[in-house]
Amino acid sequence: MDNTKEPTSATPATEWPLWEIFVRSRAGLDHKHCGSLHAADPKMAIQLARDVYTRRQEGSSIWVVRSDQIVASDPGDKGMYFDPMEDKVYRHPTFYQLPDAVDHM
Amino acid sequence: MYTQAMDTMGKEGDGKKPVRSAEDLLLEQRFDARIDDGDFIEAKDWMPEHYRKTLLRQISQHAHSEIVGMLPEGNWISRAPTLKRKAILLAKVQDEAGHGLYLYSAAETLGTSRDQMLQALHTGKAKYSSIFNYPTLSWADMGTIGWLVDGAAIMNQVPICRCSYAPYARAMIRICREESFHQRQGYEALLTMMTKGTEAQKAMVQDAVNRWWWPSIMMFGPPDDQSPNTAQSMRWGIKRISNDELRQKFIDATVEQAKILGVSLPDPDLKWNEERQAHDHGAIDWSEFWKVVGGDGPCNRERLGARVKAWDDGAWVREAALAHAAKQAAKTRLDIAA
Repeated sequence: MDNTKEPTSATPATEWPLWEIFVRSRAGLDHKHCGSLHAADPKMAIQLARDVYTRRQEGSSIWVVRSDQIVASDPGDKGMYFDPMEDKVYRHPTFYQLPDAVDHM
Repeated sequence: MYTQAMDTMGKEGDGKKPVRSAEDLLLEQRFDARIDDGDFIEAKDWMPEHYRKTLLRQISQHAHSEIVGMLPEGNWISRAPTLKRKAILLAKVQDEAGHGLYLYSAAETLGTSRDQMLQALHTGKAKYSSIFNYPTLSWADMGTIGWLVDGAAIMNQVPICRCSYAPYARAMIRICREESFHQRQGYEALLTMMTKGTEAQKAMVQDAVNRWWWPSIMMFGPPDDQSPNTAQSMRWGIKRISNDELRQKFIDATVEQAKILGVSLPDPDLKWNEERQAHDHGAIDWSEFWKVVGGDGPCNRERLGARVKAWDDGAWVREAALAHAAKQAAKTRLDIAA
C-alpha cells in the first residue's frame, strides 16, 4: 500500500477500533454473532450495530465486544481438539437400541 | 458487482508465479482438497497468497461499489415524487451503506485495514462497478436501477452465497436477503408510471430503459473467452457460474418482465431461439465497457470526487469521536481509582 499520498486517509492508529456484534433476535433466544463494525466507543458501537444489523427488526438486544478482546481456539489445532469426540457415539441417545414400545424415551 | 473485479485484475500483470517451498506445496494440496470437498475456508485458515489477493480485491471492490452506488441514487432523495417514494429510496440507500459495511468487514478478515481499502478507492487504485459511472437523469432512472441494475446484481450475487470463503459467503447471504426489495420496489415504481402515468412519464420510463439496458448486461463482465481469471476462480469456488451463463439467465428473465411492464428493450437482435431455449442478443460494445472501467465513463470523476469530499469533510467528526472516547475512558479509569 502506498501510504505517502493522502494524509487525509488515516493510518491504522486513527482508525476506530473494531467491535464484534451479537444480536438476540427475540426474547428467549441466544445472542448470536452477526458481524463486526468500527466505532469510537461502546455506546457508538451499539448505536451503529442497531443501524447496520437490525434495520428490519432482526433484533431485540445487542451485545458488542472489542474484537481484540476475543480469545479463540487455534484453527490449526482443530483436529487434535475436536476429533476425539468423534468415536464417542455412546454420548448420543441414538446409540441405545430399545424395544419399539419404549423407543420414544 | 460485483464479479467485475476478477475480470479486470488480469490486466495488471499478476501473472508471475512465486517460487514455492515444499511445505507451501503440501499446504496448497491440502487447501485444494478442502475446496474439492466443498469445505468453507475461514479467516484464520491457511490459504494460498493468490487466493487471498483475489478475494481481497473482489470483496473490497464489491464494497466500494455499494458505497459509490449510493451516489447516483442519493441524488434523487430530495426530488422523489411522493413521501412514500422518498422513504423507500432512503431505506434502499441505507441498505447500500449497510451492504458496503458487511463487505468491508469481510475483506478486513483477510488482513487489510479499512483505511487501506478506502485509500485505494480514493486514490483511484481500486475500482468499483462501472455501472455507477452512468448519470441518473430522471426519476424513471431510480426505478430502472432497481429493476435492471439491482436485478443483475442479484443474479451475480446469489451464487456468491456459496463462495468458498465463508466470511464473504455470510455477508452475501445477508445482502441477498435484503436486495430483493430493491428490485421489486424499482419495478413497481416503473409499473406505476406505465399504468397510471401520462404519456410523458411513460416516455421517461422507456428512455431510462434504453439508457440502462446495455450497461446492465455489461455488469456480468466480459464474455467467457475473454475472462482469463474465471477458470482459477471457479477452481477455488470463488466464482460458481460463468459471466455468459449469468448474463443469459438475466436476459431470459428480463424479457418477460419488460413485456408486462410495456416497454421495449433497445436491442433489435434480441429474439427467442427455439433451439437453444434461450434468447439471442445483439453484439455488446465492449470498447465502451473498457473505456468506463479505464476511467472515461460519463461520471467517473464526479463520483470519485464526491466520495473523496465526503471522506475529507467527515475527518473532523472521526477525530472528535476518538478524542471523546479517550476522554470518557480516562474518566472511567479515574472513577474506578477513586
